[in-house]
Amino acid sequence: MALKVVIGLEMHCELKTISKVFTKSKNDFSEVPNSNVTPGDMAFPGILPVLNKTAVKNAIKMALCLNCEITEELIFDRKNYYYPDLPKGYQITQNTKPIGTNGVIEVEVNNELIKVQIHDIHLEEDTASLDHFFDYSLIDYNRSGVPLLEVVTEPCIDSPDVAVAFLEHMRNIYKYTGVSDADTKKGQIRCDVNVSLMEESDKEFGTKVEVKNVNSFSSVHAAILYEIDRQTKLIEAGKKDEIIQETRRWDEETLSTVRMREKVESVDYRYYIDPNIPKFKIDPLWIKEIKDEIPALPLERKNLYISKYDLSSYDASVIIKTKENSDYFEECLSLKIDPKEASNWITSQIMGYLNKYELEINEFYLTPKRLSVILDYLNKGKISSKQAKDLFFKVLEEEKEPEILIKKYGMEQLDNTEELEKIIKTILNNNENQVKEYKEGKTNMFDYFVGQVMKETKGKANPIKVKEILLKELS
Amino acid sequence: MLEELNNKLKNKETTSEILMQESLEKIKEYTKHNIFVTINNDYQIKEDLNTVISKIPYAISDNFSTKEILSTASSNALKDYIPFFDATVIKKLKDNGAVNIGKTTLDEFGIDAMGINAVTGPVINPAAKNRITGGSASGAAAAVSANIAYFAIASDSTGGIRKPASYTGVIGYKPTYGLISRYGLFPFASSFDTPGVITKTVKDAAIITDLIKGQDENDMTTWDSTKINLTKDIDNEINNKRLFYIKEICDINNYINPRIETKETLNSFLNTIEKIKELGVEIEEISLDKDLLNLVYPISLIITSAEATSNMSNLTGLIFGPRAEGKTIEELMINYRTKSFSSLIKERFIIGSYVLNKDNIDDYLLNAGRVRALIVNKLNSLFKKYDGMILPSTLEYAPKINEELPEYLKTEQHLALANFGGFPSISIPSDEINYLPIGINITGKIKDDANILNIANKIEKRLKKRISKEVK
Repeated sequence: MALKVVIGLEMHCELKTISKVFTKSKNDFSEVPNSNVTPGDMAFPGILPVLNKTAVKNAIKMALCLNCEITEELIFDRKNYYYPDLPKGYQITQNTKPIGTNGVIEVEVNNELIKVQIHDIHLEEDTASLDHFFDYSLIDYNRSGVPLLEVVTEPCIDSPDVAVAFLEHMRNIYKYTGVSDADTKKGQIRCDVNVSLMEESDKEFGTKVEVKNVNSFSSVHAAILYEIDRQTKLIEAGKKDEIIQETRRWDEETLSTVRMREKVESVDYRYYIDPNIPKFKIDPLWIKEIKDEIPALPLERKNLYISKYDLSSYDASVIIKTKENSDYFEECLSLKIDPKEASNWITSQIMGYLNKYELEINEFYLTPKRLSVILDYLNKGKISSKQAKDLFFKVLEEEKEPEILIKKYGMEQLDNTEELEKIIKTILNNNENQVKEYKEGKTNMFDYFVGQVMKETKGKANPIKVKEILLKELS
Repeated sequence: MLEELNNKLKNKETTSEILMQESLEKIKEYTKHNIFVTINNDYQIKEDLNTVISKIPYAISDNFSTKEILSTASSNALKDYIPFFDATVIKKLKDNGAVNIGKTTLDEFGIDAMGINAVTGPVINPAAKNRITGGSASGAAAAVSANIAYFAIASDSTGGIRKPASYTGVIGYKPTYGLISRYGLFPFASSFDTPGVITKTVKDAAIITDLIKGQDENDMTTWDSTKINLTKDIDNEINNKRLFYIKEICDINNYINPRIETKETLNSFLNTIEKIKELGVEIEEISLDKDLLNLVYPISLIITSAEATSNMSNLTGLIFGPRAEGKTIEELMINYRTKSFSSLIKERFIIGSYVLNKDNIDDYLLNAGRVRALIVNKLNSLFKKYDGMILPSTLEYAPKINEELPEYLKTEQHLALANFGGFPSISIPSDEINYLPIGINITGKIKDDANILNIANKIEKRLKKRISKEVK
């Protein structure tokens, strides 16, 4: 029995704005609870929402990245339900007319481009966060009212790999556009996963199970696999009826999904249009302006790196993995570093170092400017490639400019002709037998002399110059 | 009136302190009328400020947020709530030096009723001790009528300012929606709620509104009104103006078994019309679909209940209000809400939840919205031809306390027509029947407040000659 997997995703992402989406409070991650709060975030009587234009702009920007149709008219709805993390008793969201609908985006999975259809993308406000203890709970309103974008895909994803590739790609777009930091560690991304199974011959989708609040991509992967396994087993055991429409949650400890509530009596959110926010016509010119601000996105950059700079597909993929890496690479190019050389350094030395010390490239001391200084010494033959690598690590260790460290460690090559001639002459005088052997035809003795010079100069002698002088002296 | 008072203050014929003491004395005199929730004994007078309203005592309906002053909305839900911010209107009045003497009683959370649904008891009409004031802004109207306050700030959702103004013989003005900020007004029905003023003269209403209107960065539904000046042209002649009244509301034959009070009131209205015509104003009777008019009450009930249900979901006792006991958070919220609200409000919540339910929303709320739009369009097309609509503010003068009213009076809601479309609307005293005041109501098109106040001002002056006795 061949079962087809049908996955739909809802991805929530907190937007990076100065203030919250409907109040003037700071939208900033803070460790101090209830420090970014104004009356609106706690729904004191008489407060009214004031829509943040930047949040709308960023939402439109993302909708454009997802090739959505943009709504002509901006409308916000209230989603009514009681919960202590929702001070107003309703969440302002977009139900009637989401900011973007009918989108599509291509995602690369194992070197193959797969289209993911987007049902809609809408702007809403985040809830407060709750901390539960044994016999009490604490509420932190810092998150209350933080702008949140929800992207809802069509049920068009057929594997956990595609699901995760989509989420990673989305996170990348958020970062590339600067719309969000999309930091899962700060809880800025949260996902709901819908999984159902159907037989190849079925015309209708199977019963959908929703797994809520899956907060890391690896958990998304695991939760989908778990649901596929659980549902497959039920179907194979002839217990298809036991798959019911329900909401489950992902339990990080047991690595399984656990029932939260059945959807039989599904919650009625009593949506209706918020009368406090006037309807607003979106000017097509504004949409055009926003479109022009969108930077080159990852796949576009990758194609450029391969076709224009002749990078391998693998290297290009590594570089575009994050906007920061890609920006680093592009800054190298603007400093006239050879693209291939830049790519090699980034994908090997730099990535290696960053991974080892769990650093991000934007907190990396060795900026493209410093890298260009090192490479300049190398390419002018002033230091050897081994020295370049040493210098790379010294710069990172000591956090000092490469120019200073070259002097400090006497790395600069000895290429003063007179000095080298003097050293070489002494060496030749002390090795009369070897000179004789060389002149009798034992030409491999030449490398022996080079070695001696290097030994004498502690590797600092410019090898090209050494060879030139040796040839001259031995002739 | 405010201008004369301002002159007296300037000429040192009186002082703010004297005015305040007089007001506080009057409050004592009317204690049994339940007009005030909170008396502001800690009032502050800014002596160095000189605006037309500076140093003048005024009252605030208790559904406005007042910094450091108890703001209960006449509900148990907020019986201990002391806000830490001022509503925009209150801030503007403060900045202009007006002195708040206290917070007045209203029908719980401004849900328009008869002025009998406050947790502190019914407000008694200063004009007659056995009669109600009407609501929702019962205390605000009574405070002005009883000469306690020179003006009052209140809210009007389906007639909440204009009805008690009519019952107590004062001016009640509900401006165009969005002319005055709602920031800090405790919401009842957001698309209906409009802050407004209760005064002794139309000109005073214009003067105060000119000071408190304006676009507010805290309220997206406000709009730029810098070009509007309500006071400037208020004395212009109105001999070329055109008004209409609706036959189906004003003709006694439209009511089954009408009461004598209704007959008297409608008769008086038609007499008033004749007086106004003497000013050169053209007044025509027009006919509207009776079925449509009969829908005004249910539509208003459906939409306001839906909005109220959602608006008041913040009242859980978790952050403010007297927190209830409970083993779980749900229990705590349920206990608080059960204890806090009157049965009238609970009834509204039930209606609201029902019409918002996803299986009912189209039949009820969305259909109500469609009919609302139909009515508004009809009125807008009339406003192309006429400067405004004139109607009796209420079908009768103030009823007695505990008087059983017939259905047609219980569901009387033509004042809400103005709230349907956000139209400017004013009630001015027009007559007295058995020494009890009644008023007429003039409503105009959106943002045409200056024109409506101009017409109201001239009519007020014409009618004042007729009203012999001052309402005491």
